[in-house]
Amino acid sequence: MLDQIVFYFFAVLAVISAVMVVTRRNVVQSAIFLITALLATAGIFLQLHAEFLFIVQVILYAGGIMVLFVFVIMLVSLDVSLNQVQFNRQWWLGLLLALVLGAQLTIAVAVGRAGLPLGEPAPAKMLEPSTQLVGRVLFSEYVLPFEIASILLLVAMIGAVVMAKKKI
Amino acid sequence: MIPTSHYLFLSLGLFTIGVIGVVTRRNVIVILMSIELMLNAVNINLVAFSRLVGSVEGHVFAIFIITDAAAEAAVGLGIIIAFFRNRETLLGDEMDLLKW
Repeated sequence: MLDQIVFYFFAVLAVISAVMVVTRRNVVQSAIFLITALLATAGIFLQLHAEFLFIVQVILYAGGIMVLFVFVIMLVSLDVSLNQVQFNRQWWLGLLLALVLGAQLTIAVAVGRAGLPLGEPAPAKMLEPSTQLVGRVLFSEYVLPFEIASILLLVAMIGAVVMAKKKI
Repeated sequence: MIPTSHYLFLSLGLFTIGVIGVVTRRNVIVILMSIELMLNAVNINLVAFSRLVGSVEGHVFAIFIITDAAAEAAVGLGIIIAFFRNRETLLGDEMDLLKW
């Protein structure tokens, strides 16, 4: 019962704040609502027994990436873009196509869930020391992707520095 | 107990909202934020399936996706700063230097 209250609370919170992110005129408000959406997702991770991902989501997404966003919003001037039209000329076509995509996905899940093995979830204690299990899998089976991810981060760091330089 | 399909519905709802943000907004920063929303929706899917089968491999993939999102945000915001410095605007439909 508590499980369901937690899940539906965070799900509704995430969807409402996601809609707010897309519709707000002020970019700062969008950023604040994005933080809410990411924290609601973190709550869903916790409800799914993913403690390590929960804390990574809070620290890295809500802490790190959002600070980056807010910093860039501070650097670029805001008051000009407040008076401009916020949606592009073909917004109705894009909205229509996106809604068609959403309807297709909904139908696919709604029709296909009878055939998928979406039954009883495995007992929660199989994920029990979640952080230890993640560490063990990450450093045994997925060492190579882990190292590649570190190279990706290095490339992104160099790329960001080069892009933000005074003269490219 | 919450059926796994509810997680899928939540995830596809968030993903669709992200797609709407990417294709309709003009502000480049909001477009980047919508991309973050889409990546986040995918993470919910991975973790929900991980819970369903009782293995942590989905968590590992979610960590890789978060890494990717961080890299993408850093490079994307760098591009936005360079773009703003050259064109004094944040509108995505003004990004037409490579069009003819």
